[in-house]
Amino acid sequence: MATEFHNLQELHHSASLATKVFIQRDYSEGTICKFQTKFPAELDSRIERALFEITVKTLNDYYAEAEKIGGQSYLEGCLACATAYVIFLCMETRYEKVLKKISKYIQDQNEKIYAPRGLLITDPIERGMRVIEISVFEDRGSSASSSGSSSTSSSSSGR
Amino acid sequence: MDPGMTECQYSQISTVASSPMESQLGKKIPKRKWQTFPGRNKFYCNGRIMMGRQTGVFYLTLVLIVVTSGLFFAFDCPFLAYSLSPAIPAIGAFLFLFVMGMLLRASFSDPGVLPRATPDEAAHLECQIADDGINSPGSGGCRSPPRTQEVVINGQTVKLKYCFTCKIFRPPRASHCSLCDNCVERFDHHCPWVGNCVGKRNYRYFYLFILSLSFLTIFIFAFVITHIVLRSNQTGFLSALKDSPASVLEVVVCFFSMWSIVGLSGFHTYLIGSNQTTNEDIKGLWSSKRGKGNYNPYSYSSVITNCCAALCGPLPPSLIDRRGFIQPDTPQTAIQSNGTTAYVAPQPQAPMCDQDQCIQGTKFVFQAATTPLLHSDPISLGSVPPLLGKIPLGVACSTLSYPAQHAAAASMPSRPWEGQALAHRDPEHEANRQLYPQAPGLGAYGPSSQDSLHQDSVRGLVKLSSV
Repeated sequence: MATEFHNLQELHHSASLATKVFIQRDYSEGTICKFQTKFPAELDSRIERALFEITVKTLNDYYAEAEKIGGQSYLEGCLACATAYVIFLCMETRYEKVLKKISKYIQDQNEKIYAPRGLLITDPIERGMRVIEISVFEDRGSSASSSGSSSTSSSSSGR
Repeated sequence: MDPGMTECQYSQISTVASSPMESQLGKKIPKRKWQTFPGRNKFYCNGRIMMGRQTGVFYLTLVLIVVTSGLFFAFDCPFLAYSLSPAIPAIGAFLFLFVMGMLLRASFSDPGVLPRATPDEAAHLECQIADDGINSPGSGGCRSPPRTQEVVINGQTVKLKYCFTCKIFRPPRASHCSLCDNCVERFDHHCPWVGNCVGKRNYRYFYLFILSLSFLTIFIFAFVITHIVLRSNQTGFLSALKDSPASVLEVVVCFFSMWSIVGLSGFHTYLIGSNQTTNEDIKGLWSSKRGKGNYNPYSYSSVITNCCAALCGPLPPSLIDRRGFIQPDTPQTAIQSNGTTAYVAPQPQAPMCDQDQCIQGTKFVFQAATTPLLHSDPISLGSVPPLLGKIPLGVACSTLSYPAQHAAAASMPSRPWEGQALAHRDPEHEANRQLYPQAPGLGAYGPSSQDSLHQDSVRGLVKLSSV
């Protein structure tokens, strides 16, 4: 392991993980999956507030769509019950379809908006739908201090 | 429950959370996530089936249902089909299959286990609270977070508790099952008969199981009595019993289990109608006796909507990705990048579930974002080698509290198990409906280090300013 790192470290431009920002869940409407749209202080200099809010709001809308209780979900539920849930061997649930859409959306956002700013959004499903984890990367440069120093990470974030 | 159980390799979960070992040739044997799952669950069929630890009572349930139904089909159905109608065995068979299907689904699926916090999340929670000045700035800086957090849900103030084992603030309605050592979403209770927790993802299967079992029990009871009566008319009571001795056993089993199962079905019907969990009902959280303005914030406007939401609502996915492969460099994340293929063992190609595809999708972001740079401005990783496959756990919940019985089931079948209840308290977690008082909580947890940030730096291939 050490040898590979050494090779990579000798390259010019390098990025390292500086800190992680966690967007927590918003439970004000119950147990539905919804994330807080409050803009965290650590991202103040990295990304525009409006872009961040659009991302979180869109994600919230997707989750609301997945968990919506209405005609389509009832139909799916009754059909599944009638077939003793065997039907899920053949088709995927609406929730899973929406999760795939979310995953694509996050990938798209990362490529277009977040990665150019040195940020990376992790799909909440990987964190048990508890948080949206945004990794903040710093350009190391040749004179940077030891990478990954998280001395700035303890500033209070918006929660 | 994952579909397609084609290969059933019965292997138990290994209690030692070990990182993938390197053979002498430097090959890493990839492990699936269920093999290092921190909870006290049992996994079968290579992670497709998930059950609680104590499955003895589940086998008893299976035996009772199968034997009683088998005797019914063998001894009573021929006579009934001949003298009454062949629809009777047909309906019986349908009920039996439905009961078995629902039982297996309730037992084998993930009840809605919440995965434990990653080291970064846990550190973030602890440090953040320390900085807010809530804990006195003592040695080390980061102390354990306060035990509760208040949120307002639809006008009601709800306290979210911090789980010291899982290092998370539990979402509303979630609870930590001390038997399985997991936080479970919308935790109802741990059912020993089903051998698993009953939570958000398998509550409907559990309810349909007990409902259909009530019907089956009443059905068998009624028709065995009918059978005996009809035979008695022909040959006399005693010879009827002699001709069909199994009927006596069936009547006894059905009679004694009927009361508890029907009672339980009624109780859960009430719970579904009022959109409460067993946990909440036992504690009387939303009862009007607590205060004038106390109401259930999760309940929809009508009983019908509550029922439909509970039984026909969307089925959330499993959050714990049992069959995904563990990346050898990071404990829980699955990000891999082009630049580190020499450093990290390539992920073996295997059929992936949807969650794996989500993870893969996120991985490809990096690959897509960094590919143009690889030849000109490659990215380096953190200088500290990440921890290998180790999930630092807090102090494990060391005590067991036997699950309380179902509230309505005061019948004989559950009594023998009461006597075996361990009189141990769980100081750290809300034991579900335990029979003994709780001790004050202990704030013990494992230390999280700065290195926990570095272990994710293998993800750090991001295109920077040169874009």
